[in-house]
Order: sequence, then structure tokens, then C-alpha cells
Amino acid sequence: MTTTAEWLDIGWVDQIPVRGSRTVQVEGGDDIAVFRTAEGKIFALLDRCPHKHGRLSQGIVHGGAVACPLHNWRISLSTGEALGEDKGCTPTVPVKIDGGRVLICRASTLKAAA
Amino acid sequence: MEHRPIKAESDTREHLVVIGNGMAGCRAVEELLARDPTRYRVTIFGAEPRVNYNRIMLSPVLAGEKSFDDIVINDADWYATNGIALIAGDPVVAIDRAAKTVTTRGGVCESYDKLLIATGSDPFIIPVPGKDLPGVIAFRDMDDVGTMLDAAERGGSAVVIGGGLLGLEAAHGLSLRGMKVTVLHLMPTLMERQLDEAAGWLLKQALEARGQTILTGADTAEIVGDGKVEGVRLKDGTLIPADLVVMAVGIRPSTALARDAGLAVGRGIQVDDHMVTSDPDVLAVGECVEHDGQVYGLVAPLWDMCRSLADGLVEQPSGYRGSVTSTKLKVSGIDVFSAGDFSGGDGCEDIVLRDASRGVYKRVIVKDDRIVGAVLYGDTADGNWYFDLLKKQEDVSDLRDVLIFGQAFASGGGQADPKAAVAALSDDAEICGCNGVTKGQVVSCIAKGAHSLDAVRGTCKASASCGSCTGLVENLLALTLGDDVQSGPKTMCKCTSFGHDDVRREIVAQGMKSIPEVMQKLHWLTPDGCSSCRPALNYYLLCALPGEYVDDQQSRFVNERLHANIQKDGTYSVVPRMWGGLTNPRELRAIADVVEKYNAPMVKVTGGQRLDIFGIKKEDLPAVWADLNAAGMVSGHAYGKALRTVKTCVGSEWCRFGTQDSTGLGVKLERMSWGSWMPHKFKIAVSGCPRNCAEATIKDFGVVCVDSGYELHVGGNGGIHVRATDLLCKVATEQEAMDYCAAFIQLYREEARYLERTAPWIERVGLEHIKARIVDDAPGREALRARFLYSQSFSQDDPWAQRAEGAEAEHHAPMARFTPQKEIA
Repeated sequence: MTTTAEWLDIGWVDQIPVRGSRTVQVEGGDDIAVFRTAEGKIFALLDRCPHKHGRLSQGIVHGGAVACPLHNWRISLSTGEALGEDKGCTPTVPVKIDGGRVLICRASTLKAAA
Repeated sequence: MEHRPIKAESDTREHLVVIGNGMAGCRAVEELLARDPTRYRVTIFGAEPRVNYNRIMLSPVLAGEKSFDDIVINDADWYATNGIALIAGDPVVAIDRAAKTVTTRGGVCESYDKLLIATGSDPFIIPVPGKDLPGVIAFRDMDDVGTMLDAAERGGSAVVIGGGLLGLEAAHGLSLRGMKVTVLHLMPTLMERQLDEAAGWLLKQALEARGQTILTGADTAEIVGDGKVEGVRLKDGTLIPADLVVMAVGIRPSTALARDAGLAVGRGIQVDDHMVTSDPDVLAVGECVEHDGQVYGLVAPLWDMCRSLADGLVEQPSGYRGSVTSTKLKVSGIDVFSAGDFSGGDGCEDIVLRDASRGVYKRVIVKDDRIVGAVLYGDTADGNWYFDLLKKQEDVSDLRDVLIFGQAFASGGGQADPKAAVAALSDDAEICGCNGVTKGQVVSCIAKGAHSLDAVRGTCKASASCGSCTGLVENLLALTLGDDVQSGPKTMCKCTSFGHDDVRREIVAQGMKSIPEVMQKLHWLTPDGCSSCRPALNYYLLCALPGEYVDDQQSRFVNERLHANIQKDGTYSVVPRMWGGLTNPRELRAIADVVEKYNAPMVKVTGGQRLDIFGIKKEDLPAVWADLNAAGMVSGHAYGKALRTVKTCVGSEWCRFGTQDSTGLGVKLERMSWGSWMPHKFKIAVSGCPRNCAEATIKDFGVVCVDSGYELHVGGNGGIHVRATDLLCKVATEQEAMDYCAAFIQLYREEARYLERTAPWIERVGLEHIKARIVDDAPGREALRARFLYSQSFSQDDPWAQRAEGAEAEHHAPMARFTPQKEIA
């Protein structure tokens, strides 16, 4: 599987640490953060907390959420919504796995990072 | 909120429709279900698009002490489990009593057999020009809290109109959230309906000391602004700028729906002792009603009303007799309590106690040997006791001489057992005001198997809201269960029922070797912990297994993972170690070169005698470190729960007052202890004489050199709560100073809880314990020192050098680059 009109191939699943994250740099826009949970699920979000724009890719991943490194807001990896009392939402980017490669949605990446 | 199917075809039960999904409506349904869970089919209509929550806890949410989840009373499961249909976010706009139906704004029409109106109250908006400007709000529901939090986020000024309970809680929350707050109060003293003049004045002083501006006798003329609120003008012409105006001048029973339906309405919806309105099939409860000429705006009467209402619905009428109310202000750190009537009058006698230095004011008003009112400021511990005596109308003539000193003293002896005090309360004494739970209910809940604080909170909800009655509940647990009570320190986090000390003990006792193993063996409630427990477990394992445990990078905060301090724009700051605060031309040149080469926008001399380079990009960190390493510098661990700096003065080498080589000792201490991970950050200083230029007495470990040797000080802190050190002991030689320091650090590493600085640790365990381990027990001290040095033999690899050589490069480089035109690089 390679990059297509619809999907961007960004690398191997194993390049992302378990309970960790890597980023995709988008020229002229914000980074995309790609997460790998303990269960092995992959999610992608704009690398920008809805609160004070902290880099979510630098947070601690636990369960299906990441804790923002700046003020510990918890953001759902699947919906991008802030959890608990906090209100706000980070744009999500659809992801699929094909033969161990991670692909992220091109249109959403462009839109999110714009 | 989704609409549930309201009725199963076969369900022929009487239909109870409740208008109002707030505290009164839901409590009434809870009371009904407790008496007869199947008799009625229940539908609840709520105007707000959310489940039932504890409205009086909005203040702690605003203040950041609670989250919305914490104040939910009944979650979606409760409605489902009890077969209650909830229609939330679609308010009822009409009642047709002839047809026995209600209709919502969205057009949903539902018929009822019994209708319960629990519409509560509406905030009173003073009719001044500008009241409808954007930015003018009330403080009534979660949406208002949301608006206030958004405003606080933007900063600026807020004006709160109304210095009553609600207004002061709003002002406190906004002030904590960083806004500049002015409170406008029409009357001469704050909370004049609950407090007398003296207590109102003390309260005003306390709030002003916290940075709020309080204007009493302030009459609002208009709210000014062009398109949005910009300020408030008083009748005397004063203009107060404001980005947000909160109106908290009072509430009015919400009666419009009832009035339109032709029900008898006075100040509120008129009800009899069984909460039945002028229509026998329509009931009403809570702040919207008028009973016996009284309307209530506090929570406690609501519990009594709901009990009477439910008794009536299951045809075992008891009858509501009205309520005596008490008030507590939920502003943390300021304790205010009032109950009953304190206006004085014929035959009333005051008993007053003032303790100006402690900021305590107590006043108990007695008439005909019975308490009729109480006002407490600064020490409210006896509020419940006075309130209980007041409600019972007990004869206090025997207690009168000692009444004002409180229950402990009055029941014999200054230091009476707090358990005895709780035991002496009657069964119907209220324990938890937030949730209306009596002592009898707590005891019966414990007797039914709730054997821990959490279990009590989960079942009868006592102490589950503001928590101020936690001590009372704990005492009831101890009284009821004797030694069976499951108490102990707080749990590490919501992922586990174990406290920090239990987890550490088990890690060592069971020889656990990894975070997943700890979570498995100690029954963690979440699959992989959270951002509180994972860093703590990582540290505990690291400390227990030096040289063996493999650090889990994903359980470290970003600063410790990237060995630099994240800044709010996502760049990092870099602090190289300067041993004892000494530097040289080579190091300074290397730092200057780094600043220029990587365009660092700022360099700052830190309080710890080092240089902090700001604005370094994550990708550049390894290269920056390589350049600093090349000049002989290593990580300063300014980012870590670790040894930070060793601050020194110049000492005997240069200073005419210096008694010992403080700089030299500082360098030696730093060489010995750098690189060690700790429960929290750790700072050392060495001063060359008692003039103490290195500020050693506010450090975790401080040495003050004297002619005859070295004074060793521990547990100082210069942060939010400044704490001077305690003197540990005095030693004669430099080597002893080093040995004691190593032993002290290791004791701290092994015994303090994660994120506990030395100051609170020593206050928790006591200085005597530290002295016993470090000073009195020479073999023990030597063993601690040896364990520290052994651990250090694994931790003094410069993490920067490893990264500069390419280790863990994935932390610094993006996984891929995407150029919209050129595709992936």
C-alpha cells in the first residue's frame, strides 16, 4: 500500500511507541499527532490542545485518551473531545492500517492542518 | 439528549410526570422509588440538556475544585435502571389541567395522572439599562458556569452584582480563575440575610485580602457597553470597567407555568403540607413553592419537602411542617456558618466569643433558654451541634456557661473525643447538608454493608459533594464498625483503591518488576493507569530496583522524556549544569554559541545560579546538547523530579566572613548527587557563614558553615508556602556533611510519596523520625548512604549525551513530513 489520492502513507505502525505518539509535519500548518494505545489502536489528531494549544503528541497516553502536557486536559483520541468538565474539541484525522503501514486521510490532514 | 420511548404498550400504571430535572424533581422521584419502586411510571422533563446534577456544587466547579462529573447526582444509568423516561433540553411550556397533559416547546405532548412541578427558581435580573447586553449573565446553571469559565480564559475584569451567598461564591471562583473581581453589594454588609454586621465585616476583610474589591452600599444605575458589556455605572457616577457582569442579587420562584395553568400562586406555587397545589392531581416541590407563607431558597428544606411529598404519593401522608435553615459559604479557606434568627429582639440574649488573632467570631442567640440563632466565622466546627440544638428547641440552661466554647468543651473536658461528639448527635441530625443525609441514614447505610468512606459516598451520598462533613462520616464509620473500618490515606488516584504507601510496600514485598505487573497484582481499575499513577509507579520501581528496572519513557511527563522544559509555545528551554554555580569562559562561549546558532530568543540567569536557554525546538535539542557536551557540560535536570541545583556562596576562599570552603563543598555535593531521580525536585545550598548568602535555610538540604563545622538543615521550601528548614544536626567534617546528605536523600527517595517535597514529607512523618534514622542510627545512616551511592552508580550517565549520540531519536524527529504539493518526504 502506498500513498493514494485519498490516503497518505506515513510509515510503519512499529515506528510509534506503544502508549506514545509521533508527529507528521505538514508544511504551512500544524503537525498531526499519531497515537498508539496499549491495545494497539492507532489514532490521529491535530497536534493542538483545544485549551492552550499544547502539543498533544507530548502527553501521556492512557486508555483511549491523552493528557495534554501543558495543563493536563484529557482529550479523547477517538473523538478529539475534551473529557471531564473541560469543553473543547481537537479535529480528528481518519486512520487506517494496511499491511503494517499507517495511512492517514489526505483531505482531513489538509483541512486540520490548514 | 435522546428521546426515549415513553410508554410500553402493556404499561398500565399511573403516570407521574415531573417538570424539572433539578435537585427537587429528582430527589422527589428518589424518595418515591425508595418507598415503592413500581407504583408509578415516571417521565421527567428538564430544560437543561443534561442529567441531574447538584446545583449547589456549581461554585466548586467554577473554582476548579470539582469537575462536572463530580457533581452529577444521577447519571444516565440511573434513569435507565429505574425505567424513567428523561426528556432533557426541551422545556415544558404549557399545562392543560382539563385534558391532564403537558406540552413542550418542541411539541411533545404527554398526558399525566399525577403532575409534579419542580421548576425551581429564576435568577432575579435587576431592571437597569444594559441588562440584556452580551456578557451579562446570572449564576444559575452549568451553562452560566461555562460562560464564566470562557470569560475567565480571556482574562480581564468581572463585576459581580450581589454580595450574598451566590454572588460571593461566583466572585471567589472568578478570582481564582485569574479575573480581577469587583463585588457590588447594595446593603452595608455582606450576606446580611445570613450574617450579622461583625461577621460580615470579617468576611469582607478576608475577601479583600484575597484581592477582590468589595463595594458595599453600591447601587447599580446601568450597565454600559456598545454591543457587549464594558462596565457598570453606579448611581453615584462611579464607572467600573467589566468584561463580564454576573447578576446574583437573588432568586424568584419560577411560577409562570403554574400561574398560566390557573393554579393558586402567591409568592410561590401554594401547596399544603403534602405538597399538593390547588389542583389535587398537581403537586409542587422545591424553591418554586410557597408553604405556610414561606418560600425557601436553600437546599435543606427541599429534602424535607420531598419526604413529605413521597409519603403522600404512596398514601402514607406525614406532612411537611416547614424548615429551619442553616447556611455555609463554599469559599475554601473561609469558614462561615449561620442558622436561625440572629436579628435579636425582646428577650433575646447574645453569647459572643471573639478571638481576633485567630480570626474567630462566634455568636449564639438564646431566648427562653433555647438557641434561636447562631453565627460562626472562622471556626464552624460546632455549626451542626448548635443547629441540632436549635431545631430540637432543647433547653440549654445547663450548658449555658460553656455553650460558646463548643460541643467538645460543653460535654466535659477541653479535648473531648470527636467520636463522642458524633455519638451524642441525634439520629435525625443532619450530617451532609449538600445531600440532605441524616445521621440515622448514614448509620443504616453503614449497617447495610458500606464499610468505607467511598462506599458510604456511593450509597447514601453523605460527604460525596463538598466533602466538609467527611470527618463526621469517618467518625460514624468508626463508631458503627469499631475496628472493622476500612480507613487509611487517600488512594493514589481513581485507578486504584490503594494509597501510595501501600503500593510501595507491595512493590518491595512482592518483588514486582514492571508497571503492568503492579497494575495486575494490585487490581488496577483502568487498563493502563492515568497521567497521575503511571509516573508515580515508574518512580517507585526505579527507586526499588536500581540498575535493574527499565525506565518506561511513556510514563514520564514530557519534560523528563525530552530532558528539557516544555514552554507554552511548544518549544523547550535548556539548562546545562553549572557545578556549584561555577562557570568558565569555555562554558560561557559554548552557551553563547548555542544561543546564536539556534536563534534562542532569550537567555535567563536562574534563581539556582545557572543559565536557562529559551525557545529551542524539539528537533534541535540533540544538536544543542551535542554542542554543550563538547564544552564539558551535562544536563542540569532542571526539568526533572531530581536533583536540581546546588547553590553556593563564595566561602572562605574569597569572602572575609567565610568560615569554610562552601563553594568546594557545594561542588562535591552536586558531583555526588546529580542525576538521581527523586519523588519531587530537590534543591541543595551551602552557605559559608551564618549570614547565609546562599539561602540554605529554604532548601531541601542546606548546609550552613560555622567556625566549628557544618550545620545541616532539612525540609526548607521557597515556593507557595515558604518554609524554613529544620536543623537536623551539626557535624564536624566535610566528609560527614556529605555522608549525612547522601543518607537523607536516600531516606527521602525511599519514604516520601511521589510529588511530595521534603517540606510536607517532614511535616507528615515528623522531624524526630528523620533524626532517629539519620542522626541517632549510625549503621542505618551508613546503609542508606550505601544504597544511595549504589543507585547513583547507574544514574550518572548524562541523558543529553545519550540523546546527542542518537538514542531515542524518535522523541525528537517527526515520523513523516507532508508537503501538500510534493507529497511525503
